[in-house]
Amino acid sequence: MIPFLETALNLLVALLLVVGAIFSLLAAIGIVRFPDLYTRMHAASKAGTIGSGLLLLAAGVHSLDAAILIRALAGFFFFVLTAPISAHLLAKAAHQAGYRLTKLSVIDQLPQKEEPGRR
Amino acid sequence: MSLPDQIEAFATGFAFIVLSVALLITVWRIIRGPTLPDRVLGLDMLVAIAIGLIAVVAVRTGFNLYIDIAIALGLVGFLATVAFARFILARGLSPERAGAERVSASQARATQRRRKGGRR
Repeated sequence: MIPFLETALNLLVALLLVVGAIFSLLAAIGIVRFPDLYTRMHAASKAGTIGSGLLLLAAGVHSLDAAILIRALAGFFFFVLTAPISAHLLAKAAHQAGYRLTKLSVIDQLPQKEEPGRR
Repeated sequence: MSLPDQIEAFATGFAFIVLSVALLITVWRIIRGPTLPDRVLGLDMLVAIAIGLIAVVAVRTGFNLYIDIAIALGLVGFLATVAFARFILARGLSPERAGAERVSASQARATQRRRKGGRR
């Protein structure tokens, strides 16, 4: 029973590591490939958070210790809580400072003060 | 070394390689990044990938203290991003608007000088 459980946990840790690393890589590719700041932010703040969160969860499961697993879960929760806040702050600041959306974007529902209806 | 351990060792190696590639292309975006918010976003992503890398090191070496380090790094990264966002809000104007601002500022300075000259 116990060896079977250990095997299952090992495989779970390996799966979490691989999936988390691939999520992080996808977020980085999104940062490089997307056309403007706002779409890049969409890639970074979602896939990046899930990637690092899954890796942290893998470390917590690997330790086989409830205290450390709870600490890793708290870290995961903290990242999930703070990533949207920082992304929203950065996007709002950039939009107010006048950084434009890409030409490909269809609609900007937060028009800038200077030139309403230009886009 | 049993088969599950081998699979786990392979997974950590794979995660190291993939995260290194992610780190490198994020650094490329920071160097290349056309504007300041792009670079700030790249820095944010860099912190997230570093947290993942620290977690993989924790799995590989078995030192669980690395998880605390990762949490601390996440806190610092969040505060840094918030501070940079405030900075962009206060100072980091986009190129075209910064140009307009500079023109209006120089005009204001010119009128001020004229007014001063008139007073004198």
